[in-house]
Amino acid sequence: MDITLNHYLAVAGVLFVIGLMGVIMRRNLLIIYMSLEMMLQAANLTFVAFSRFNGLIDGQIFVFFVITVAAAEVAVGLALIVALYRLRQTTRVDALTALKF
Amino acid sequence: MDAFFFWLFAAGMIGFSLAVVLGRNPVGSALCFAVSMIFMASLFVMLSAFFLAAIQILVTAGAVMVLFLFIIMLLDIGVMSHLPRQKIWMGATFVLALGFVFLLAKVLNANPHGTMLTSALPNAPATVLMGRHPTPFQQNMINAGQMRPLAPVPESNDDTHQIGRVLFTRYVAPFEVTSLLILVATVGVVVLCKEEAPVRRKTAGEVDAEPQPETGPALTATR
Repeated sequence: MDITLNHYLAVAGVLFVIGLMGVIMRRNLLIIYMSLEMMLQAANLTFVAFSRFNGLIDGQIFVFFVITVAAAEVAVGLALIVALYRLRQTTRVDALTALKF
Repeated sequence: MDAFFFWLFAAGMIGFSLAVVLGRNPVGSALCFAVSMIFMASLFVMLSAFFLAAIQILVTAGAVMVLFLFIIMLLDIGVMSHLPRQKIWMGATFVLALGFVFLLAKVLNANPHGTMLTSALPNAPATVLMGRHPTPFQQNMINAGQMRPLAPVPESNDDTHQIGRVLFTRYVAPFEVTSLLILVATVGVVVLCKEEAPVRRKTAGEVDAEPQPETGPALTATR
């Protein structure tokens, strides 16, 4: 059986759904963040698959940018989580309901 | 053989991703995420995106996950309870997931046999990307004026070579903007993580009303 573009798209879609479920279901802010990363990676897989099957390198360039932005985002997000933890001593999202402390 | 490895890597990636979402221990989740990203890098290799596979392992499975592990251990987060926040969120999750799977099925149905790689592109994407043998899709883009054929360069089958060429010609402006983004992110992280000056904390006034330790138990040790 040959592996077609559809196989890659399906795998990426499943990965995206798993990440979405993690974002909605979990209570730990860090796990939610990891699930967000997972959704970004699912998009990356789609980009690379389309790049390969269309014979265009541009998709891979976009993945390069996505990885860069995701890394910067993780740094800022984790800094925010640490700052939040200093204030409230928790990373549970259901304990963080107020915008102003 | 290709199919076997595809299914192996895809199953591994999805299995470890499920472990990230369902696992109770945050450290275990982070490690599972790293393994999942390594499987995804393997899928990138199968798509002959070798440069991105290396970047994926170095940046995502390496740097980002080490950062996550570092923060998890710094904050000393223990085992979390497994249950979702509320039953309604659980229901909403599954409704959303089902809806998304439905959309996915619809999209995949549009092209039920899938785009084959074997006939259109003989071996690697390299030969069609050089601009001398444009694919029909590229030719359409070129005809529509949305893409310029790249200047011919020495024959190369190397995806790193091509990414470098395109990144520093067609995408050089976004590339430079990325450096600005990283600079801003660095400054932002430093500002966020800076310890607040004690003088400022006193003048805040309302903070004293609710006695709170200035820093978490794990953070005081770093002083």
